Amino acid sequence: MTWDWQVFLNDDGSGRTYLQWMMDAWGWTLAVAGCSWVVAILTGGLMGTLRTLPNSPWLVRLASVWVELFRNIPLLVQIFLWYFVVPKIFPVMQQVPSFVLVVFALGFFTSARIAEQVRAGVQALPRGQRYAGMAMGFTTAQTYRYVILPMAFRIIIPPLTSESMNLLKNSSVAFAVSIAELTMFAMQAQEETSRGVEVYLAVTVLYAVSAFAVNRVMTFVEKKVQIPGFVVAGATGGGH
Amino acid sequence: MFGLDMSFLNWEIISKFVLKGFIFSIELTVIATIGGIILGTVLALMRLSGIKLLTIPATFYVNGMRSVPLVMVILWFYLLMPAAFFDLIPGGANNRSEISAIITFIAFEAAYFSEIMRAGIQSISRGQVNAGRALGMTYAQNMRLIVLPQAFRNMVPILLTQTIILFQDTSLVYAIGAYDLLKGLTTAGKIYGRPEEAYLLAAVVYFVICFGLSYIVKKLQNKIAIIR
Repeated sequence: MTWDWQVFLNDDGSGRTYLQWMMDAWGWTLAVAGCSWVVAILTGGLMGTLRTLPNSPWLVRLASVWVELFRNIPLLVQIFLWYFVVPKIFPVMQQVPSFVLVVFALGFFTSARIAEQVRAGVQALPRGQRYAGMAMGFTTAQTYRYVILPMAFRIIIPPLTSESMNLLKNSSVAFAVSIAELTMFAMQAQEETSRGVEVYLAVTVLYAVSAFAVNRVMTFVEKKVQIPGFVVAGATGGGH
Repeated sequence: MFGLDMSFLNWEIISKFVLKGFIFSIELTVIATIGGIILGTVLALMRLSGIKLLTIPATFYVNGMRSVPLVMVILWFYLLMPAAFFDLIPGGANNRSEISAIITFIAFEAAYFSEIMRAGIQSISRGQVNAGRALGMTYAQNMRLIVLPQAFRNMVPILLTQTIILFQDTSLVYAIGAYDLLKGLTTAGKIYGRPEEAYLLAAVVYFVICFGLSYIVKKLQNKIAIIR
């Protein structure tokens, strides 16, 4: 077969080239991933912290239920739930744009995994840290705010990095509810142009570039906030 | 409740629409796990061999697979699989999506399994390997009798956890329209005008299976952990 990269300069029928369409799609991918990341870090950080609280069994239980619920249902099914079932049960949600629904679906899905990492990070700290906070007369909230969480968030940066890359890749599932992101573009452009290999190759490269960029940024942050003299064990995990 | 009505479900619908998809989801999970572990072990051994001719392609393959979304990999394989290939398999022409999905998942999961294998093999202390060497064992004997049994024992919980993730990921064959558990339920839901209930039911089924399996893995983990 022969290459035909000219296909990207063709008009897609609405006055823009396929290249422009692809760049828009890349923007949507990054927007979905970026917004979901914020949701995931906030809720994941909160739930992970709640799971480690010393004297609040009900909060621990609540957070455990959260983690198990969002971890054990496939992302695609969760997206469908947000898109079809939630608006049916709560008619108010019918006004919410599908972009927002996907952001919450992907954000909450990822938050369960981040919560587990936050919990592991907090539990990996020596017990003396917590006691030191108590000895200083800190309340539980202060101990977490000033002693535990600043340490925990730094030591979990390596697994957070791979989870952030997973989130970027998982944003591809948004195609299922017709978000105009890269995978959606790939499927539609493949059908319209019949130049599947070129289209897929370009999209694959954009995903790889984005994932690599996330990796570099996180590594940079990791170096910046490193705790001097504190050795971090590299954590490897499965998942995607 | 909430305007939902589950009463459309009965055994006839389940056996007509859902069972076929459920069986395919399980089939896909089992075949991809076994195939992925075999191919993954080969990849891991290639990467650990120290021979450049083996290390470089294996590393390239594993990192390549891991940097691309699964949905894109599914689409790639479906696009590139030649039509002639499906004719070789009995009934292949009518099950193109399903066959393509099985091959994709073996190839994709192998990359993830190989990373687990590699970490497992590397977790065995040098002393163990050296002890094997001191006893005059060859590389193959050392691997088979000393390293792999211990590595595998360490890895079982992670391998099983990965299998649970794999089972969740099988729902992504939606992208090429393969008939899996999710498709079975949504098809039934659409025909009987109850799509929302079908999605909810899908969530419940996946949750029960995944939660149950991860509970078993947790129990197993406590049981087989090597006491040091």
